[in-house]
Amino acid sequence: MADTLAGPVPEAPDSPPEFPMAREARCPFDPPPALKDLQAKTPLAKVRLWDGSEPWLVTRYADQRAILGDPRVSADTDSPGYPTKASPEGGEGKLSFIMMDDPEHARLRRMVTAPFAVKKVEALRPAVQRIVDDLIDGMLSRPGPVDLVEEFALPIPSLVICELLGVPYDDHALFQENTKTMVRTTATPEQRGVATREMAGYLAGQIAKRLAEPKDDLLSSIAGRVTAGEIDHQQATEMALLLLIAGHETTANMIALGTLALLQNPDQLALLRDSDDPKFVAGAVEELLRYLHITHLGRRRAVTEDVEIAGQVVRAGEGVIMANEIANRDPAVFPDPDRLDLTRDARRHVAFGFGVHQCLGQPLARMELQVVYGTLYKRIPTLTLACALEDVRFKNDAFIYGVHELPVSW
Amino acid sequence: MKVELEADKCVASGQCVLAAMDVFDQDDDGIAILLEEQVGDDRLDDVKEAIAVCPAAAIRLVEQ
Repeated sequence: MADTLAGPVPEAPDSPPEFPMAREARCPFDPPPALKDLQAKTPLAKVRLWDGSEPWLVTRYADQRAILGDPRVSADTDSPGYPTKASPEGGEGKLSFIMMDDPEHARLRRMVTAPFAVKKVEALRPAVQRIVDDLIDGMLSRPGPVDLVEEFALPIPSLVICELLGVPYDDHALFQENTKTMVRTTATPEQRGVATREMAGYLAGQIAKRLAEPKDDLLSSIAGRVTAGEIDHQQATEMALLLLIAGHETTANMIALGTLALLQNPDQLALLRDSDDPKFVAGAVEELLRYLHITHLGRRRAVTEDVEIAGQVVRAGEGVIMANEIANRDPAVFPDPDRLDLTRDARRHVAFGFGVHQCLGQPLARMELQVVYGTLYKRIPTLTLACALEDVRFKNDAFIYGVHELPVSW
Repeated sequence: MKVELEADKCVASGQCVLAAMDVFDQDDDGIAILLEEQVGDDRLDDVKEAIAVCPAAAIRLVEQ
């Protein structure tokens, strides 16, 4: 008789751990414990992805920065060995320059860097302050509780990026809904395809309007590149799509998740509430970016020439994943890393990534967060969570980590 | 000490401006420019911070 096994097939002892790993429900702000264990044990480990592929995971801060700054690795999702995210990508085309390598990446990126320069962003601060104040007025005019995500966290970056791009905010339902689908890891390829096409169609229309009649906005400046023959309409649309999406989900999640983290750390919240020093607030923003690290699925690259990482040669055609959230908790760089400490110098965090693909919108994100964190708790000093922490739904099912809702009262 | 900047490597993250505003600025496209080539001890820490946070490794300090 053929051999039969009654129990489950034992796992091969050298089978790599699965990535991404699960967070500990009781520590929603911390990276998955298994990921932290791996960091403590080894600088480089094979992991297994949803599709059975086995890229390398780079666990430590110094190695992650070196790899993200290394021209021998590619951000092109079509490169052999590129570690694919949670499921097959449903959208057509690439998400513009973030999925390209230099020199094309640099050429396209430089077309949209102008409005994100530090001083230009600084000039927007009074407008952002007004947006934040108006939204707080709106919340306070009604009895609580309210959902801080819907009423505050999401409208801020949404209003700002719409203003910057020149997209009418009245259309926000369309792109907020579609963006949600596009960043949900459990969305089917079909769902993601539909959302992407709907967004792209909308933005293509907006660009066509600017081609006919330019205004003083970023979409017109992108349209101008089409007129000049530097990019085609499709590339312009992809670029606009990237900026619109990137401007939404990231900052919104930092606002809501950051507020929840502060409510769980009242001593740190008090520091922010009681400080009038813009430098302190700016430092606090860096620490919250380090501590929360909302991009939790790793920065992914394909190795195009053999490289040495932590003493080991990684071959061309192999994939590497830099789990930036554990780099930001690397005790070699940030002492007592799991403690939220708004007084620490956290500026070297990699929450915006590192290397040539480092976040383009970071000066804008920083300024928005400085205004938010510097205003909200002063204006509503009695802000509290209006549900049990256990009842908060965390976004373990999205490319960007955060909370689905945050009921608050005062 | 002399500061060197390779502008063609710059990715316009603005990190250097935030770290050392009187040494670095950005042009109309956000690309870093040097305001001062020579820095004294008083600004050395800021420039070192700018070097540490520059994502494109576009800044260097050269002993003279």
